[in-house]
Amino acid sequence: MSIIIYSLLALGCVALLFATVIFFVDKKFKVVEDPRIDKVQEILPGANCGGCGYPGCRGFAEAIVKTGDFSALFCPVGGNEVAKKAAVIMGVEVKEKAPRIAVVRCNGSYQNAPQKARYEGASSCAFAHMLFAGESGCPYGCLGCGDCVSSCTFDAIFMNPETGLPVVIEDKCTSCGACVKACPRGIIELRNKGPKGKRIFVSCINKEKGAVARKNCAVACIGCGKCVKVCPHEAITLSDNLAYIDYEKCKLCRKCVSECPTGAILEINFPPRKTDVKNTNEVEA
Amino acid sequence: MNGLKTFPLGGVHPDDCKFTSQKSIVSIPIPERVYIPVSQSLGAPSVPIVNKGDKVKTGQLIAKGEAFISSNIHSSVTGEVEKIEDWIDTSGYKRKTIIIKTEPDVWEEGIDLSSEIKREITLSKEEIIQRIKDKGIVGLGGATFPTHVKVSIPQGKKAEYLIINGVECEPYLTSDHRLMLEKGEEILIGTQILMKAIDVDQAIIGIEANKPDAIEHLSKLAEKYKGIKVQGLKLKYPQGAEKQLIKALVNREVPSGKLPIEVGCVVQNVGTAFAVYEAVQKNKPLINRVVTLSGNNIEGGNFMVRIGTPIQKLIDFCGAKLENIDKIINGGPMMGKALVSTEVPVTKGTSGILLFSAEVSSRMKVYNCVRCGKCVSACPMGLEPIVLEKAAEVGNWDLAEKYHVLDCIECGSCHYTCPAGRPLLDMIRLGKNKVNQIIRSRVK
Repeated sequence: MSIIIYSLLALGCVALLFATVIFFVDKKFKVVEDPRIDKVQEILPGANCGGCGYPGCRGFAEAIVKTGDFSALFCPVGGNEVAKKAAVIMGVEVKEKAPRIAVVRCNGSYQNAPQKARYEGASSCAFAHMLFAGESGCPYGCLGCGDCVSSCTFDAIFMNPETGLPVVIEDKCTSCGACVKACPRGIIELRNKGPKGKRIFVSCINKEKGAVARKNCAVACIGCGKCVKVCPHEAITLSDNLAYIDYEKCKLCRKCVSECPTGAILEINFPPRKTDVKNTNEVEA
Repeated sequence: MNGLKTFPLGGVHPDDCKFTSQKSIVSIPIPERVYIPVSQSLGAPSVPIVNKGDKVKTGQLIAKGEAFISSNIHSSVTGEVEKIEDWIDTSGYKRKTIIIKTEPDVWEEGIDLSSEIKREITLSKEEIIQRIKDKGIVGLGGATFPTHVKVSIPQGKKAEYLIINGVECEPYLTSDHRLMLEKGEEILIGTQILMKAIDVDQAIIGIEANKPDAIEHLSKLAEKYKGIKVQGLKLKYPQGAEKQLIKALVNREVPSGKLPIEVGCVVQNVGTAFAVYEAVQKNKPLINRVVTLSGNNIEGGNFMVRIGTPIQKLIDFCGAKLENIDKIINGGPMMGKALVSTEVPVTKGTSGILLFSAEVSSRMKVYNCVRCGKCVSACPMGLEPIVLEKAAEVGNWDLAEKYHVLDCIECGSCHYTCPAGRPLLDMIRLGKNKVNQIIRSRVK
């Protein structure tokens, strides 16, 4: 019996000794962490996608609490809602940002840009880009190996087998920008989603001269500059034989869409135009 | 034929398919237009020194290599510079190209066009290197490294052996083989010139055993030349790779990331030796080369082609039909690159054009890696292609660098041997490219 008591006593003393050591060490080396970091992290989506530019949601929460400035920090997945909640925790005002979406700026489908060669190498856009100009011959166009699809953590992109081009699912895209980084040709751009998802953009990034670009693809931007002239808001610029629409300035009037001779400018989520006749009248006026 | 040598590590044995080895070299007619890219060698592109509308003669300098690793480019025809614009190269990307509309041949003065063999080497070492540089000689084995850089031995280093590469281990290609049979004497004189340039007294010509006639022919000729030895080699791919050839012939190993001069060797292709002979003895710049046209189900042959001739002209001359052809390869079947168009011109690095029908050219379906390790045992550089492929697939460039992705010689043995048909070499090439970029950005 006594052996049990002795051992209990001995172990109890040892435990007490270590408990005291731990207590003082804890007091001495305590890491004071802002409790707001945990709070902010709780309201973040927790996808750890890196779309904000920080390593995961924790990193982003730390950055918010450290700077307290929302001008450069934005969680594209959570959007304005999360920004507002975080602002409440931080006790600051936050400006709303227009929601954005990934836009594929190439329309060189199998129909528009017929294949001149067949690629059967590794299914990696990065490698295909290094190796050759592309099946259609367009050195700027989509290679169709799907690096953007595999980079997307939200399942928001898929390859359309009929066109050979990636399609962004509007409801799922969080504009984290992973696909923008994954595309070796820089085809995907994050643009403002627009009211009710309405948006207009030049679906081509080919900088070759018009005739050369047109040879490979029926819907290439040929850099004719008609859209620049017709745009009443000065939203379109032309450089290196390529038109670019500034989504901040664009008022979605659609004049450029009907003016484009190759159909390189796309309009998304607009109601269909009433008649073709009226359409031409509008342009003339 | 006894005492054949080879390298010990890895390697594969593809069917050699040398169908065109008994076909003499035929010159093909000059096309109406030649397309001469200004970037035909490793290193910086050359700078054009002619303008639109200029008249040029055959052999006239038209683009100057100004950087250290760069080479001169000469007009391969007489005619008028039609334009200097972007034209597709083998990759389908557009590169600056000098397009010349041809007229009847008028050669630049000072070029000896006689067929008489000039044996006496009159130029000094420095003059030889300068001549090689002036005449735009590059390595004709396929890598197109400027020869003058290779033969300029860096300070503190000493070459002991000159190795002449007559291995031609790529299946189908026979251009070097034909050159050795038809221009053996010239190659040996070119070898002597190179020996003088790098200051060595021993040269070894390595030839694989599937070319017994070339071994015999050159051995007989070499008796008259002091210091030149012909060595037969066992059949094994990639024996024609610089490092493997050095290992096979003189049993020395080039350290990782180093050049052959580190172990006292300089390797030159037989085609280069012939071009050096022509440049030094005949003052002729590199304006044509031997190209093998071969493949399955076609007649093929070996052709002397002016640089800049569109590949279509070569195919037409040979009478090959493109109807059943599925893939056209520039180079050999192991390392060559499929072409996207036949408008692509022949350049200094084009050793062969291969036409294949679908049943032999298609890649097999890709399955999951079964970890059999065949790629590891096939790699002649002792790398682990399986690790490198995975590293490239997930973008782990640090891992790729750690596993020496830059030592890969891109021979394709791993891909050839893979039972799951995995695109090992593709991903390794991507890894090499990315790791190179990362290393370059580190230096800055």
